[in-house]
Amino acid sequence: MEMVHTAPVLELQSVDKSFGPIDVLHGISLKVHAGEVLCLLGDNGAGKSTLIKTLAGVHQPTRGKILMDGAEVSFATPRDAAERGIATVHQFGGTFPLMSIGRSFFVGVEPTKGWGPFRIFDRKKANDIAVKAVRDFGITRIDDGDRLVGGLSGGERQSLAIARAVHFGARVLILDEPTAALGVKQAAHVLRIINEAKRRGLAVIFITHQVMHAMAVGDHFAVLIRGAIAADFRRGEKTREEITDLMAGGETMADLEASIDAQERRHA
Amino acid sequence: MSQDISRGAAGGSLGRLARRPESGAFLGLVVVYIIFAVLGGKVFLGAPGWSSWLNMAAEVGIIALPVGLLMIAGELDISVGSVLPASSLTVAILSGHYDLPLWIGVAGGLGVGLAVGLVNGLLVTRTTIPSLIITIGTMFAVMGLTLGLTILIAGSTGVFVVPDALTKSVFGAAFGGMFQIGILWWAGFVLIVLALLHVSPWGNWVFAIGGDRDSARNAGIPVARVTIQLYMMSGFAAAFVGVTQVVTFGSAQVAAGSSFIFNSIMCVVIGGVSLTGGAGSVIGILFGTMTFCIVNQGIFYSGLDPNVGSIIIGALLLLAVLSNDKFRAIALSYAAKKK
Ligand SMILES: Nc1ncnc2c1ncn2[C@@H]1O[C@H](COP(=O)(O)OP(=O)(O)OP(=O)(O)O)[C@@H](O)[C@H]1O
Ligand SMILES: [Mg+2]
Repeated sequence: MEMVHTAPVLELQSVDKSFGPIDVLHGISLKVHAGEVLCLLGDNGAGKSTLIKTLAGVHQPTRGKILMDGAEVSFATPRDAAERGIATVHQFGGTFPLMSIGRSFFVGVEPTKGWGPFRIFDRKKANDIAVKAVRDFGITRIDDGDRLVGGLSGGERQSLAIARAVHFGARVLILDEPTAALGVKQAAHVLRIINEAKRRGLAVIFITHQVMHAMAVGDHFAVLIRGAIAADFRRGEKTREEITDLMAGGETMADLEASIDAQERRHA
Repeated sequence: MSQDISRGAAGGSLGRLARRPESGAFLGLVVVYIIFAVLGGKVFLGAPGWSSWLNMAAEVGIIALPVGLLMIAGELDISVGSVLPASSLTVAILSGHYDLPLWIGVAGGLGVGLAVGLVNGLLVTRTTIPSLIITIGTMFAVMGLTLGLTILIAGSTGVFVVPDALTKSVFGAAFGGMFQIGILWWAGFVLIVLALLHVSPWGNWVFAIGGDRDSARNAGIPVARVTIQLYMMSGFAAAFVGVTQVVTFGSAQVAAGSSFIFNSIMCVVIGGVSLTGGAGSVIGILFGTMTFCIVNQGIFYSGLDPNVGSIIIGALLLLAVLSNDKFRAIALSYAAKKK
């Protein structure tokens, strides 16, 4: 299907965000289409988390518009955003480490059986659906819905959280540094899951520091520097070195090395 | 693939047991019972021994159940210690001092518990003050009000009431002259709370709130409402014990109940409820309560110095926290070992 002709699932138009006198985001305009991965790159403090919190209903934009499918929307709370299909997965994935896979998968929307005041939590159904959902994402090591989420590896937890979002009909998946704390194998795992989510037609916003991870799955890249978009390009338009330089705030890697050298000489 | 699944489902029944949150509490119960069976001898093993620790367990256990739910949800309730005498005195003043029918007194006493729970719940959910501080505050407020009003109305710090036969048999009967009817009430409450926490979807919300309040809210759980319900449950439970006490003894004292604050928390912690919330079980709280009361009463039968009893309870508490952490680690790591 040709994505260009359909309205983006989620779009920001000239969004500013200030906290009192502190301006954090300036004139952010971004689009993400279904079946596309948008990578949001940027140094520490660039405003990445603030931007995704604005998308997820945690913050409201000071100025500018948020559009879904071409129509303006406003999210007063994270619930509003969630109800419109925007799901945020945080760095450590499952937030209920001491709950079982089945129970945490269905938090807030527990399947029940029985009648009236005697409705009971349907543990077997919850476990079966949760296990199937993660296995469908290729995580075949998860086979027991009674296992505690805290006992899963970091990558498995991320995968569980993503599978959960997809199961409950998320259209936009926001991942805040999902690979940051993971080793090479685990990170590859999560990247595969991102690709699978994309294949299923979700719009994915992937925040990361690691250019390699971004390049592995990204279709579209935006580099954030001090709250503004410094570069916006598509897959294949820039090399890895160029992206790394951009993230370093315009300084080239060579400049950076020179300044480190100078510093070392001073301290020697 | 089908093999994969069956391997996971089996997982070894022993391993499955060790992963349950109440395993540590059960081991503690067995060890403690054996120790006091040896030290306490025949009397402790017989009806007098059983009735003494069961009677105590029924009272503290009724309060420990909702206190345990609150701790699973990541909150504390200190005010139970003053709700208990407030309830007793309400019954005694309404039905003893003012001679109103006893059911009005009982309803009044239970109403006081629900009201204090509501206030606690509203304060905890509408402010960012830790519940420990809020419920210490309400404890002193209720204590002061109880003392002031009792002296104002009745002119003393103790009030008498003569319960009618029916009320006495419902709340204050004793079987064989030893086993209080409270034990049956406790058993009933255990079943109700067991169903609420482990069978109903509401129980899942309690675990989620204790695991991560913000995520629970974002998942659509009415966090404030559940928290208020939990505080009203603990207020009700403390008031209920207050009612059984005043009906059993025929009098109410201002200075009763403070021992229940620490005792209920200790039963819950010995029972394997996580100190940081998010984990625990009703069966664990049941075992924890029994363990605590066996030690507490076993001391008398074993002829040990009561101070030794305090030391044992202190050690037991530390041991419980350590072993519960251990069991939780086993539960968490079982996935890793299986590969
Ligand atoms: N609630 C707030 N009030 C005031 N300033 C804030 C607030 N939230 C974020 N900021 C500021 O906005 C800037 C961007 O923060 P943000 O957390 O969005 O950066 P980030 O790109 O996610 O960084 P990192 O890579 O370290 O996660 C920082 O300077 C931060 O201090
Ligand atoms: Mg951040």
